[in-house]
Amino acid sequence: MAGKTLYDKLWESHVVREESDGTCLLYIDRHLMHEVTSAQAFEGMRLAGRKAWRADSIVAVPDHNTPTDHWDAGIQEPVARLQVETLDANIKEFGALVYFPFKHANQGIIHVIGPENGTTLPGMTVVCGDSHTSTHGAFGALAHGVGTSEVEHVLATQTLVAKRSKRMLIKVEGKVGAGVTAKDIALAIIGKIGTAGGTGYAIEFGGEAVRGLSMEGRMTLCNMAIEAGARAGLVAPDEKTVEYLKGRRYAPKGADWDKAVAYWKTLQTDADAKFDAVVEFNAASIEPQVTWGTSPEQVLPVGGQVPNPANEADSQKRGGIERALKYMGLAADTPICEIKVDKVFIGSCTNSRIEDLRAAAKVIKGRKKAASVKLVLVVPGSGMVKRQAEAEGLDKIFVGAGFEWREPGCSMCLAMNADRLAPGERCASTSNRNFEGRQGAGGRTHLVSPEMAAAAAIAGHFVDIRNF
Amino acid sequence: MKAFKQLNGLVCPLDRANVDTDAIIPKQFLKSIKRSGFGPYLFDEWRYSDTGEPGMDCTNRPRRKDFVLNQPRYKGAQVLLARDNFGCGSSREHAPWAIEDYGFQVIIAPSFADIFFGNCYKNGILPIVASPEIVDQLFRECAATEGYRLRVDLETQTVRNPSGEWFSFDITPHRKHCLLNGLDEIGLSLQHADEIRAFEARHKAAQPWLFALLA
Repeated sequence: MAGKTLYDKLWESHVVREESDGTCLLYIDRHLMHEVTSAQAFEGMRLAGRKAWRADSIVAVPDHNTPTDHWDAGIQEPVARLQVETLDANIKEFGALVYFPFKHANQGIIHVIGPENGTTLPGMTVVCGDSHTSTHGAFGALAHGVGTSEVEHVLATQTLVAKRSKRMLIKVEGKVGAGVTAKDIALAIIGKIGTAGGTGYAIEFGGEAVRGLSMEGRMTLCNMAIEAGARAGLVAPDEKTVEYLKGRRYAPKGADWDKAVAYWKTLQTDADAKFDAVVEFNAASIEPQVTWGTSPEQVLPVGGQVPNPANEADSQKRGGIERALKYMGLAADTPICEIKVDKVFIGSCTNSRIEDLRAAAKVIKGRKKAASVKLVLVVPGSGMVKRQAEAEGLDKIFVGAGFEWREPGCSMCLAMNADRLAPGERCASTSNRNFEGRQGAGGRTHLVSPEMAAAAAIAGHFVDIRNF
Repeated sequence: MKAFKQLNGLVCPLDRANVDTDAIIPKQFLKSIKRSGFGPYLFDEWRYSDTGEPGMDCTNRPRRKDFVLNQPRYKGAQVLLARDNFGCGSSREHAPWAIEDYGFQVIIAPSFADIFFGNCYKNGILPIVASPEIVDQLFRECAATEGYRLRVDLETQTVRNPSGEWFSFDITPHRKHCLLNGLDEIGLSLQHADEIRAFEARHKAAQPWLFALLA
C-alpha cells in the first residue's frame, strides 16, 4: 500500500462518516471566529433553537472593525460598533474557550492570537469564517476558511460537509539569499503557479528553505496559500513547532504534552506517498518580490519592470494587464524601483508578528521616513506582539522614524476601520491582497515583505533591500 | 434554503478573469449583521461612480454606463456568465448573498475559487463549470444576440442554448440532492448526531489535550 501524505493523515483522522460519492462529515477541533462572518450564523442558530455543539472549541476575537488608535473613544462608527457588540453578545450566549473582547490586553488578529495562545496545535482541524485560516497549517493542522453557512454548521454539529482535496507538494530546495523572506517565497510561488494554481488542492510546503523558516515565516507562507487558490497550506511539524508551542497558555501540559509531542512526530508525509502535483522551486533564485497589479499573481522581482501589454499574445491576459495598469496608474515598462509610494502599511495576519516587526525595525533604525510618504502605519498583530515589541524598544524605533505605532487589529489590510487609502493613493503593504479597492476605494496596493515595506517608507519608492 | 430545479434565464456576461469577492461585495457592506439586502451593492465599485456605503439608497446613485449590470439589455438577468477563477479571495458569504439577492441563480465559468464555489450551494445558487471553449462560445452568442437566454436543468445536469445545442455539467449527488430539495444541511447532518458523538469519544480518548477546558 502506498504511503500517506500529511494531508491524508489529517483528513482520515477526522472523518466521522463518508457517503458513497466521497462527501464526508469531517470533525472540527478548533473553531475560530471574528465579528464579520459570525453574526448571521449565530442568528441562524437562535432561529432554529440550537445550542453550540462544543463551545469549548471556540476561540473568538473582534479584529476586522476595531480601530487602531484612540481606543479610549471606543468604536466611532455605529454599524461597526454594533457588529463588535453583536459578537460580545453571541459569545456570552453561546460560550467559548477563549474570548478577547475589544480592548482586552490580548486582543488581536484571530490568526495571530490562535497560535500565540497555543490554541492551534498539530493534528487539529481548524476552521474560521475567514480565508486566511490557511495560516494555521504552519503547525501541521488542517486549517481552512469557510463561509458563514459553514460557520453555523460547525457551531451546530462540530462537523463540516466536505470532500477531500487533491494534494500538491511545493518543494523549495536550497537556501534563500539575504533579504529574501517567507513573503517573497510565497509571492514567487503565486507568480509562478497563479492565483488559481492551487484551486482544488491542499498544498504541503516542503524542502530545505521551508524547513529553514521560523514558525512566523511558515505562518506567512501558509497564510498566502489561499492567494494561490488553495484553501489549505501545510508544513509538517518538527522541533521548531514543538519549541514554539511549549509553555503556551492552551498547549498541552505534563503527561499530555509528552503524548502529544509523540503523536505530532508521526504527522509527516510518508516517503512513498504520492502527490497529485509537485512543483519545485530553487530558493537561491528567489528575489525580493513586489506586486505591480491587482492580483497577487501580478508580481515581479524588485529589479524588474512593469509589463508591457503589447508583449502579451493572449487577448484575455492582455486585457487583464491593461486593466491592472490603468487601475494602478502605472505606465508599461516602468522599473519597479521607480514607483513612488504615498503610504506604507506594516501589519495584517500575513506579516504582523514579532519577527516581522523586528525585521522592519532593523531596516529603519536610525533613519527617517521620506517626506513624500504621508503615513506609515505599523499595526502589531496582537496585544502580546505589541507588548513584546515595546519590551524590545521596537516602538521607539518606529516612532523615531516618523512611523505610527498603533493598537492591534486587521487595520488597512482590508480597511474596514478608519485606516484606509484615499482614491489614487499608492501603498507598499505587507498584507495579502492587492485587489481593486481592497485598502480603500480607488487605493493602489503593492504587496511586499516587512523589510521591503520599511525600506520603501525610508526611500519614498521601492528599493532592493539587498542594496539598502 | 430555496430549491433550484430549472431555469430559462437571461444571461449577463462579465468578461474578466479573477473576479474577487472584494469586487463582488466591497468590505464596507460586510458590517451588516443580516443576510439579506446586499443585491443593490453587488459589484458596487464597478457599478457606481460614487463610493457606496451600507444602507445607501441606490436608486439615484451615478452609474457607470459601461458596466454590464447597468446596460438595459441585461436587466433582469438570472444567469451570470464569467471567466476563470471567479470568486477568488476572501471567504465572505456576503458575495453569494449579494449575487442571489440581485437575482442571479446560476453562474457559468471555466473555473471557480473553492470557498466561493461551496458557498454558492448553501444559498440556492448553482455554479456551473464549463470548458473554456464552451464559455467562449457562450460569450460570443451572448454578445451577438440581445435577450440571449440559457435553459438550465439541474435534474438532467444540462444547459441548453436557444438553438438547442446543449452541454452537461458535473455536480456531486449530495449537493444536487440538497439543491433540488432546498434542504437545510444542518438538519441532515444532525441525523448523524450519534455517529458524531461516537467519533468525538474516540477522538477524546486518543488526544485528550484537544478537549482541554482550562489552561
